Amino acid sequence: MAFIREFGCWLPERVVTSAQAGAWVDADAEWVRGISGIEERRFAKDEETVADLASRAGLDCLTRAGVEAAALRLVMVASGSGERSFPGPAAETALKLGIPGTPVLDLPMASAGSLFALGLAARLAAAVGPILVIGAEKMSSVVLREPRDRGVAVLFGDGAGAALVMPDSGLLELIDVELASDGSYAADLCLEPGKPLSMNGRSVILQASRKVPAAIRAVLGRHAIAPPEVAAFLMHQANQNLILKIAAALGVPAGRFYSNIARYGNTSSASLLIAAAEWRRENLPTPGSAVIFAAFGAGFHWGALLARAC
Amino acid sequence: MDRRSKLIEILRQVTQKDVTPSEDESLFESGTLDSFALPDLISALEQAFGISIPDSDMNPRKFETLARIDEYLDSRV
Repeated sequence: MAFIREFGCWLPERVVTSAQAGAWVDADAEWVRGISGIEERRFAKDEETVADLASRAGLDCLTRAGVEAAALRLVMVASGSGERSFPGPAAETALKLGIPGTPVLDLPMASAGSLFALGLAARLAAAVGPILVIGAEKMSSVVLREPRDRGVAVLFGDGAGAALVMPDSGLLELIDVELASDGSYAADLCLEPGKPLSMNGRSVILQASRKVPAAIRAVLGRHAIAPPEVAAFLMHQANQNLILKIAAALGVPAGRFYSNIARYGNTSSASLLIAAAEWRRENLPTPGSAVIFAAFGAGFHWGALLARAC
Repeated sequence: MDRRSKLIEILRQVTQKDVTPSEDESLFESGTLDSFALPDLISALEQAFGISIPDSDMNPRKFETLARIDEYLDSRV
């Protein structure tokens, strides 16, 4: 379909420990770690916007790829925490990258947004040319809303990740994608204007623990690949306990699932590409090896994408 | 072994807790089941009763008490 040339990311400097976040909801750091695996998260400055975070991750990606922003033919920004209902952050992101006039696309999707954007870009790149896919979230503006829910306030952090999708060559070839959505669960994870995030954690975990392994098996099955044959699983960093559960369901050692949630918390739609960017810096995948991207989030939307190292 | 005893045994295996919940006791509120043990309970029920529970039936409320689990199994077994 297309190729990922490079990844990039940007994280705010301010560290909020789980002891600090736990104190908001009368919990200690050990409790936060136990329910999520999160040690700390990053919070952006009050004046920083989702487009600020997005453009910095995008620039990091372009710099690493050695590609000028002017070469882009489309910019996609996935975010569930944009400051406005409309316009979304994509147009401002392109402006901050110095390419006003380039078409952009907002995907107002939390958690699974960057996976869906990658899936779309994989199919569009051959037709339109280089596409910059970004997931960016300022979840601190959401979790600090009152009343703070114990099971929500401690989970999230801010950040942005990016991937440059090219039609001709790259680090990873995008092979196949399995995406799905089901609005039956819209109320189980939602954010209404000005209100705190509402989450039915039991429903989210229950559905994610079934649907994500099923999506991964579906996309791998079409290419006769068994889960243990996959070199790396790059997941939306929702919760370490969920990642471990998905690894167990697939019969894959947990170490095959890249995880940085301990350092950044759940950065919603940004987390998949932040994880991919850090994984890329630490690993040189063997040519031909299979890599899976997977996510689950509000909607519910979920899916998996199969790539092969070039 | 009757179904209720079998359910309690499954619950103990899944949670690794020596619990004997009453019929209408919330397994969530009592702390017997957390979000991450619930999928394991459902997998164990599928295995023990030879059924496949579709995603559309995976409403946590259906598995909140022993009585509700019984009611669900009545509809499926």
